[in-house]
Amino acid sequence: MSSQTAKKDFWDPEISTASRDRIISIQIKNLKDTVKYCYNNNAIYRKKIDDAGVNPDKIDDIADIGKLPFTTKDDLRDSYPFGLFCTPLSQVVRVHASSGTTGNPTVVGYTKEDIDIWANCIARVMYDVGVRKDDIVQISHTFGLFTGGWGFQIGTEKLGALVIPISGGNTERQLKIMADFKSTVLVNTPSYTLYIAEVAEKFGIDFSKLHLKLGFLGAEPWTEPMRVEIEKRLHMKALNSYGLSEIIGPGVSCECLEQDGLHINEDHFLAEIIDPDTGKSLPYGSKGELVFTTLTKRAFPAIRYRTKDISYIYTDKCPCGKTLIKMAKPMGRTDDMLIIKGVNVFPSQIEEVLLKIKDLEPHYLIVLTKENYMDQIGVWVEVSEDNFHEKLMDLEFFEKSIEDKLFSAIGLHIKVSLKEPKTIARSEGKAKRVWDRRQGGN
Amino acid sequence: MPVKQLTVFLENQTGRLAEVARILRDADINLQGFSTTEARDYGILRLVVSDTDTARQKLKEAGFTTHIAEAICIKVEDRPGGLYKILDILANAKINIDYVYVIAGTKLVLSVSDIPKTESILRENNVVICD
Repeated sequence: MSSQTAKKDFWDPEISTASRDRIISIQIKNLKDTVKYCYNNNAIYRKKIDDAGVNPDKIDDIADIGKLPFTTKDDLRDSYPFGLFCTPLSQVVRVHASSGTTGNPTVVGYTKEDIDIWANCIARVMYDVGVRKDDIVQISHTFGLFTGGWGFQIGTEKLGALVIPISGGNTERQLKIMADFKSTVLVNTPSYTLYIAEVAEKFGIDFSKLHLKLGFLGAEPWTEPMRVEIEKRLHMKALNSYGLSEIIGPGVSCECLEQDGLHINEDHFLAEIIDPDTGKSLPYGSKGELVFTTLTKRAFPAIRYRTKDISYIYTDKCPCGKTLIKMAKPMGRTDDMLIIKGVNVFPSQIEEVLLKIKDLEPHYLIVLTKENYMDQIGVWVEVSEDNFHEKLMDLEFFEKSIEDKLFSAIGLHIKVSLKEPKTIARSEGKAKRVWDRRQGGN
Repeated sequence: MPVKQLTVFLENQTGRLAEVARILRDADINLQGFSTTEARDYGILRLVVSDTDTARQKLKEAGFTTHIAEAICIKVEDRPGGLYKILDILANAKINIDYVYVIAGTKLVLSVSDIPKTESILRENNVVICD
């Protein structure tokens, strides 16, 4: 792997170095096709397009996308599980689902062709930054309904490199395999990457003697100082990888070695920025909500899917040679979704669990902290005369029983802390439910 | 007669125990003895006071979570083997003690699941039970 060869060597050179005009003509063709396809194959999409008063045969210009209706997470939930699929299930070969949302999870499907597109998108972002057949790719994302692990699995296989699908957790084994198998590429969340570094240092493992060169990190927000820390401690270049299951999973966009913005695979995903309040399209360079339309997917094509991620899109003359448009690393959310250890958590999910617990006051505060560079989530609840048992054991049991209920609903260990009454601020109107204490060091 | 024991939930924070003591002083309530047990982030304070109901009322008004539980209070002989004598009686009767603490120097407060039974066993063994 060398950045010298990577500079002029692309997986899909005709796409990655295409002119703007060429990209836009591909996008118009595929947008027309996608809109017609959705209209003809899915009743929900047809109704939405009709309600918006759009003639699916009259999409002539890329700007026409602004007439199309948005798709939201609620649309997916309301049509749970397969209502927005545009192919019969017999043609769907894979489903994934987003981790935790209130009520139903959001389920997405892939045809065999969709899987190929996905693999190609990931192979492209990996190859274009220098990953080659002789690389050894350790995937420390969880494998399961989460798209992170599987996306990189098939992308790496498509590229022809060796995959170690080690999945998450068991840090000592991660390190042993990293050393013994001579892993050169790490696919992981940034927070777990830092934790691996921490454990390695405890065991006296020197990363300069290991073989890691490159990390594709994503599935949660992270900061520039965190990147500096990761690169320094793991002796590798850390790249930001972006994706979401509703669009395809990882492979929507990824940084090049310039580490200045994420190139979007825009032959498959058309990006827009909108004003989250008015829904109006914003010009390049304006900060707003990122919206994607898939241009080639078949089982679950998304028309103007609102990601709720805040970013901006722009073109530049990237020294890497790629001409694909860029998005800035997402800088926040338009909703209150938290991403903890790669799991999406909405405060409302926690509330739903807590309010069902007998004898618990309806006051709670979600507290976010950092421990070993990992985001930790806890929740404060108040003792009351009804739940106060005079034995310590009973109180600990009470805490544990709430933690168990939260775990089974959300799939995340959320530490419960009992507090004295009135510790949690009451408010009129919108209560402050989340206290973010992650800033300011570890 | 079992004694009334006042239990208070306390967060592990500087000054919380002092606050309880201040409230009792202001209400002119005498503290005969107490014990604390601590967990990760909080503790339980157990008190035996001169006026349990008033103490509870005052603490509640100040925002504390309280609970009243019954416990047995007995006199321990103030000499070597005094404690052993009591514990031996209970062990022989297979009575498990949930917790125990000393108040007023020579009195033990015991929490057990069956108070009347334990009291009668102690009485049979000539242990002085305090009110």
